[in-house]
Amino acid sequence: MDNNLMLTLFNILILLLAPFFVIGIIKKTKAFWSGRKGVSIFQPLFDTIRLFKKDRTISTTTSWVFNFAPAVVFVTTLLAGLFVPMINCYSIINVAGAFIIFSYILGLGKFFALISAMDTGSSFEGMGASREASFTTIVEPAFFIILASLVALSGNYTFASLADVIKSNGTFGILIVILAVVSLFVMLLTECSRVPVDDPTTHLELTMIHEVMILDNSGIDLALITWANGIKMVILMALIANLIIPLGIGFGLSVGLFLLTLVLLAVIIGTLESGIARLRMSHVFEFVFVMSSFALVVASLAAVKMYGI
Amino acid sequence: MNYYVMKNNQRINLLDIPTIEFNTLRAQLAATNLRPVSFFGSDWGQNVKLFVVLADDEKGELLVVSSLIDKNVKEYESITKDNHQYHMFEREFYEQFNIKPLGHPWLKPVRKNQDDYEFFEMEGEETHQVAVGPIHAGVIEPGHFRFMCQGEKVYNLEIMLGYQHRGVEDLMVKKPSNQLAESICGDSVIAYNMAYSQVMEELSGMEITNKAKLIRRVALEMERTAIHIGDLGAILGDIAYQMGKEVFGVTRTLVINTMLEISGSRFGRGLITVGGVNFDIDKDLSKKIVDVLNNVKNTVEKMTRATLKSSTVMSRLEKTGVVSNEIANELNLVGMIGRSCGINLDSRFDFCDEFYKDFERKSFNATNDAYSRFRIRYKEIIESISFVKKLLKKLEGYEKEDLCVPVKNFIPNSFALSVVESWRGELVHVATTDGEGKLSRYKIKDPSFNNWYGLSMAVRNNGISDFPLCNKGFDLSYCGFDL
Repeated sequence: MDNNLMLTLFNILILLLAPFFVIGIIKKTKAFWSGRKGVSIFQPLFDTIRLFKKDRTISTTTSWVFNFAPAVVFVTTLLAGLFVPMINCYSIINVAGAFIIFSYILGLGKFFALISAMDTGSSFEGMGASREASFTTIVEPAFFIILASLVALSGNYTFASLADVIKSNGTFGILIVILAVVSLFVMLLTECSRVPVDDPTTHLELTMIHEVMILDNSGIDLALITWANGIKMVILMALIANLIIPLGIGFGLSVGLFLLTLVLLAVIIGTLESGIARLRMSHVFEFVFVMSSFALVVASLAAVKMYGI
Repeated sequence: MNYYVMKNNQRINLLDIPTIEFNTLRAQLAATNLRPVSFFGSDWGQNVKLFVVLADDEKGELLVVSSLIDKNVKEYESITKDNHQYHMFEREFYEQFNIKPLGHPWLKPVRKNQDDYEFFEMEGEETHQVAVGPIHAGVIEPGHFRFMCQGEKVYNLEIMLGYQHRGVEDLMVKKPSNQLAESICGDSVIAYNMAYSQVMEELSGMEITNKAKLIRRVALEMERTAIHIGDLGAILGDIAYQMGKEVFGVTRTLVINTMLEISGSRFGRGLITVGGVNFDIDKDLSKKIVDVLNNVKNTVEKMTRATLKSSTVMSRLEKTGVVSNEIANELNLVGMIGRSCGINLDSRFDFCDEFYKDFERKSFNATNDAYSRFRIRYKEIIESISFVKKLLKKLEGYEKEDLCVPVKNFIPNSFALSVVESWRGELVHVATTDGEGKLSRYKIKDPSFNNWYGLSMAVRNNGISDFPLCNKGFDLSYCGFDL
């Protein structure tokens, strides 16, 4: 089989299926830490299948936006995923400046998620949308700064250059990668609504961020949105994996290391969620700003490396 | 001052209660600094007889006074104007007898007529209303919460209840039973059943055995232990601290399963009956209870230590939902919540009986916030466990006694009152009989009746996302309030 075709298939498989298992592993880890047996790691997959079989219930106060948004969210997330490299730095769409297109495609999805939440006219959902939007305003610039610095280091502005950072910059590169990974991890916690930013398991409408925005969604809509959210998590994990997995170690080993990274990240998230409490809403900003400050350090290091002092 | 002075768990002759002119009563209530524990009307022919029971916590006495209000006069001058502690009582009285307290500053429905409820509203840029409930996302009871917010900050919270109003007080008069009493509020089964049984026993002049009294108190303290532990877990669950939530959740189960071994019900249903108790605690069971509780105490101590060391937990609990001591006093907050705000009321000790009098009443360093509400629970769990052990020790001395004494008829024209410290706080049951010895009025006051307004005060100027944490810390009863 053609090598590229195989990689393309692998990327698509990961994008579509890994979300369920990543969420499953997080749940299993949390169950482990609380001394429970926990549900099977296939449960998120079964849940999604179950939701696909269900009818949609649509509130009479909503407009076409609400109807349309879940599809947009899913499609944009999946589309953004096509730009992201998985194994051997291979991404299905590989163009210069991909990270800008990538961010704005994700941004479009988020925009629809926000206005769909506002469309329901519920006071909670508006509140959730406002929270989500305010965290995004911090996350987005930081993400740009990090990615711009990383790809600028290699001189070729594609995602594929991520794996080059360590190889071509030595110890300096290692330092940059550590900071970038930490800050992408903070982004992952924020964007995928995990503890300490959000609590995905809570039933308390007033404290939710992401969950409250989808309170009115049901059936296939809900399935698409949760699936998209999982894909987004896998995308961010894949970026981290690409930063730390070296190039040219053979296909089998790459796949192994890649999957291992996903599992490890899921276990780390699960463990983190078991051991700490959620932050107060007003303190979440401080936490998200960690990402910004790390991003600035990454940018300065990259500048130092590129232009000298 | 014209009162009839009585003790807790005592029957008095209804006709001995002084009936004074309303304006005199009003002046008397405005002048005193004793707090009301019960305030209710009763049909009295052409009139409504208003009973007021005040508590003198220092002397351990309850002061009863009454006044007649003509049914044709549809109004009277509000007492709340001068003493805010009557705020809820007067609203309730208005709703039950349609006699309007003139000048009451906040005369809104209590349990009925929710459609007429006028919410306090604010206008302006960035102010918005958030309406929550009565149906909530989780399995909690129905209640409507209306927040007036600016951005994330809460300016005012109004709580509208009454969705579970079942007419319990009237049912009690028609067909009093232990089953009804313990179904009023499912998380305070023992406290409610104990208060009811004590009132019934007083009304008929029964003297129950010490053994039964001890078993009731053991159950009461175990109920307190179990619910407090569950609440610690729930508070931590609300802030997504999984470790604490799970460990406390499991530990609570140990306690309620022990209750199951005593009475066949995890919540102690069917344990208490008028005249005594239905189930004995023998030596083996007693030893088993002590073993379980020692184990529970150990786990709770360890987990609390670990929890309070966690900086993320502390940052959520500290300075969240503060109710100042002045406001708490003004609103007459009672029970565990009152104690977490520095009001040292505990009816177990204030109206002390022969069993609690040798127990030490420990002081609590209140900080008035969510942290304080966490620590008071921890403190009371540890105390309750030691009380249970001491009570079980005493029980050994009464092994030969009967569990139950025969039930007698009610004595005509009686007024009986029982104050029980449920895990939430002061639970008051009052009953009166008419000239033929039939029940004529049954009045219940749950501690939540005092404390719901405290929750509104606690969330002011806090983030709206901290409301669930405050709510859990108060953990008030909907059905106990709605009756």
